[in-house]
Amino acid sequence: MLEIEIDGKQLQVPDGSTVMEAATTIGAYVPHFCYHKKLSIAANCRMCLVQVEKAPKPLPACATPVTNGMKVWTHSEQAVKAQKGVMEFLLINHPLDCPICDQGGECQLQDLSVGYGGVESRYQEEKRVVGNKDLGPLVSTDMTRCINCTRCVRFTTEIAGHMELGQAFRGEHAEIMPFVEKTVDSELSGNIIDLCPVGALTSKPFRFGARAWEMSRRKSVSPHDSLGSNLVVQVKHDSVKRVLPLENEELNECWLSDKDRFSYEALSSSERITRPMLKQGGEWIETDWQTAIEYVANGLRSVKAENGAEAIGALASPHSTLEELYLVQRLVRGLGSENVDFRLRQSDFSADKHLSGAPWLGMPVAEIANLDRLFLIGSFFRKDHPLIAQRVRQAAKRGLKVSALNPAFDDWQLPVANSICVSPSEMLVALAKVVKALAEQTGRELSSQFADACASVTPDEVSVSIAKSLSSGRRAAVWLGNYAVQHERAAELHAFAQEIGRLSDASFGVLGEAANSVGGYIAGAVPLGGSAGKNVVQMLESPLKAFLLLGIDLEFDFGNGVAAASAMKSAEMVVVLSAFKSQRTLELADVVLPIAPFTETAGIFVNCEGRAQSFHPVVKSKGESRPGWKILRVIGETLGLDGFDFEKIDDVRSELLSAEGKVDPSKLCNSVTVRIGSLPSVSSHIQRVADIPIHAADPISRRSAPLQQTADAKAPEARLSSTTMARLGLQSGIVVRVRSASGEASVVAATDDGVADGCVRLAGAHSITAPLGSLYGEISLERM
Amino acid sequence: MGCERGYNYIHGEIFEVYDRFEEALREAREAGLLGKSILGSDFSFDLFAHHGYGAYICGEETALLESIEGKKGQPRFKPPFPASFGLYGKPTTINNTETFASIPYIIREGGDAFLALGKPNNGGTKLFSVSGHVNKPGNYEIPLGTPFSELLELAGGVRGGRKLKAVIPGGSSAPVLPGAVMLDCTMDYDSISKAGSMLGSGAVIVMDESTCMVKALERLSYFYFEESCGQCTPCREGTGWLYRVVHRIEHGLGRPDDLDLLNSVTANIMGRTICALGDAASMPVQSFIKHFSDEFAFHIEHKKCLVPKDIQRDGSKIYVA
Repeated sequence: MLEIEIDGKQLQVPDGSTVMEAATTIGAYVPHFCYHKKLSIAANCRMCLVQVEKAPKPLPACATPVTNGMKVWTHSEQAVKAQKGVMEFLLINHPLDCPICDQGGECQLQDLSVGYGGVESRYQEEKRVVGNKDLGPLVSTDMTRCINCTRCVRFTTEIAGHMELGQAFRGEHAEIMPFVEKTVDSELSGNIIDLCPVGALTSKPFRFGARAWEMSRRKSVSPHDSLGSNLVVQVKHDSVKRVLPLENEELNECWLSDKDRFSYEALSSSERITRPMLKQGGEWIETDWQTAIEYVANGLRSVKAENGAEAIGALASPHSTLEELYLVQRLVRGLGSENVDFRLRQSDFSADKHLSGAPWLGMPVAEIANLDRLFLIGSFFRKDHPLIAQRVRQAAKRGLKVSALNPAFDDWQLPVANSICVSPSEMLVALAKVVKALAEQTGRELSSQFADACASVTPDEVSVSIAKSLSSGRRAAVWLGNYAVQHERAAELHAFAQEIGRLSDASFGVLGEAANSVGGYIAGAVPLGGSAGKNVVQMLESPLKAFLLLGIDLEFDFGNGVAAASAMKSAEMVVVLSAFKSQRTLELADVVLPIAPFTETAGIFVNCEGRAQSFHPVVKSKGESRPGWKILRVIGETLGLDGFDFEKIDDVRSELLSAEGKVDPSKLCNSVTVRIGSLPSVSSHIQRVADIPIHAADPISRRSAPLQQTADAKAPEARLSSTTMARLGLQSGIVVRVRSASGEASVVAATDDGVADGCVRLAGAHSITAPLGSLYGEISLERM
Repeated sequence: MGCERGYNYIHGEIFEVYDRFEEALREAREAGLLGKSILGSDFSFDLFAHHGYGAYICGEETALLESIEGKKGQPRFKPPFPASFGLYGKPTTINNTETFASIPYIIREGGDAFLALGKPNNGGTKLFSVSGHVNKPGNYEIPLGTPFSELLELAGGVRGGRKLKAVIPGGSSAPVLPGAVMLDCTMDYDSISKAGSMLGSGAVIVMDESTCMVKALERLSYFYFEESCGQCTPCREGTGWLYRVVHRIEHGLGRPDDLDLLNSVTANIMGRTICALGDAASMPVQSFIKHFSDEFAFHIEHKKCLVPKDIQRDGSKIYVA
């Protein structure tokens, strides 16, 4: 510890602290622009100059290390003179356009100029003008306002991992710009808007939408990925104007992914449903709630009477709230059916009977910083979990060694020490090799069920390397990604991964696909527990007579959208509870009930670490749409079911969470015991590898216009390794016809050596590839 | 030091010197004086010439390191100093080539002999690059403590027999001194420092009486305006401000309070930046105004030069000595 005196106050700070950090702990505000606690120190704005005893000139607080016995004055005459001098320089070339600047009212330069700026400018020369840059659909630029603090440059380099912005030219000609003809395509790009201390980088979708002081700031939780980023939703006249991060050091820190930040644009989409609708004689008519609910209740009653309760099933989106998931399963179970599921893209459920809790990350998100080894299995990591990937990226700088097994790799912008890239069917063999290598490495006994499978494999160089890496770590983790969970033999992958975790003393976990991937289990929205309930695949295969669909886009949210459509076609009644309509919904549904999205309802999301986060509505429900939990309550009550006579949402919560609103840790469990089948032999057929693109993953983000204009939302291509491309006689850029068991699609072929040989990477959850049905399996390609 | 690598960073606009140095390196390698196991010893050392791209700021030691690393030449914040975190993060000793060139002499002949070359506290010899209004501009190596008048004589004296007006004794960033003051100085650290300037790089700029000091300052300020790296606010914004005001004065648009403004702006730049370029841009402005305030005042009041245009034109003719 070091002794320091700041503005006459004595304090002790840890070794290596800077004067800025020391000043912050005692609440002494030192004005600054370029300094940001999460970014490297640039010391270029010079606003934080302070007086230091024995120093001949003022020193920047952000970059000056504390030395023992140091005396600092942050507001002495010398310090303030220096700060005012710097402020004058910052302002001379800064346009006086605050009245038309979106940053007005929340601008660090504007705020500090009140305290440190002159009354009038001594600068009588011509001001600098800087040309604007096209940074893409999310970030708007007014580069003349830029003060060259380089926060955005450091963010893209250090946090997002890819230097998409830089400071070109020298001196007064210096400009922040992307590479020539490039935009900023990072999935974290929106954070540079928050970081920009002036109005140089502002939100393009929000532009001129409202003034900072006109909006109310309301807390919420992101409904997208499994991290559960905390949000501040800014609202004016009952309309969501923009979304900003709510700082939570344990989850999103001070960042948001672009999906979290810009998905709100979908809330005012023209596809919002605002009144209940019934299909009568093939025509859709709007109706009132009473009629709609009665129609649903009567329909369910008559299906039950004619075909038995087991002909009824409910499928819910993993982006639904905990309460919605809980009530929808209770509704179905109240009717006497066990058919309920929320794991819409999952295809292998053989682990279900062994699961004794909700699969979860197995560790707190904040602990990622302390990991020194990580093995990621089946994950489009950076796009599926942008902010968890960001944490891993930071940990990798401190020595975390990452290994990964995938059928297709993107550039994660972090060092991957060992990677295995094999076709989906070979993933099991690859894991078996790692398990065997680990057993040999550690001298530990294999669990019995792996003995047969491992006997037939020989560890190769990379599996030995992964085994060495994992067994040499002090804090290792093994994670299953979304792809692994959706894999055709997910249960065995899970078991192998668990064995790897056991052999290497690593924490084992599942990253989780959606905001409530853990919550769905907690809510019981799964056909578990030895009952005769059907999972999603079984429900679609042996079609039911009545389906209750909660928050689902029929075409895109299932592992096999073609199977889903045909199941709906053969059903007698399809009740859709959704905030949005789609062509497919209108084609296949009989009743559409408008439910409120996350901004218009109260609810809880349980994130990947098992943290239950509740949120309140931030705006009124649009039109006649209503919170899902209320609608389900009324349906249950109309049907005369037990347990639907509660009045407050808290009554539902108390059945799921502890009195403190927490998930009982005993409900989280990754342990399974699965019989390992024979390992698949190498297939000569081309296999499909389907990622779910970041902005196509859920009904809200796929309707956000700005997100759909980003590079991440471009039309799917058939991506093949150059070897496969040559084998099939195809070239990059040509249009190919892709055929699967269910249908065909025409896409452009592209070379991508990140894809395993013998595979074609072709994104799911997109209208172009929807006719192909399953996200897995054999597929053929031919030149058009 | 256990050092196995050395780099000689050579300014990007200088080609002859670069080629000459590469040639010297080749010869040294052939003679076994560079490379692995030098002269059969267990000491290995290699030296490389690194040709920069011509930025003035890359003469600043940490910007130079950045430039060698292939990055934009911007000075690093210190601490850490190069001695602990230098090139590619390794401990680095960084000095002028001239400094390193003195070392063999000191090793061979001893420190006292080196000191004896100059005068007390100012040992050795120094290279002076004399430019400007002299008959024989060029590089002159003289013992420190040699009177300026002798250096001027070596350089062939002021051209056209004109009167010496001013001298910048240590590179363009050193404060300018009036000719009369310089003629009383000896060329060493102490004497020049006492006179109010610095020996700096040893680039001596000689100006004769045909020089308009406002125009000379305008040119210098333009240089610093163009050479600021753009990192720190005071230098990035301030150098442009200084240049524009001096430019305005030179072009007959000066205002009465401009000199106070220039002094105040330079005071706000100095000592507030990561490296010394801000100071370097400020010192000429302050010293020109200090020593030649009458010329600046004349410019502002009469909207023209104190030195008549025809004399200036005559003075700027190219002389072949």
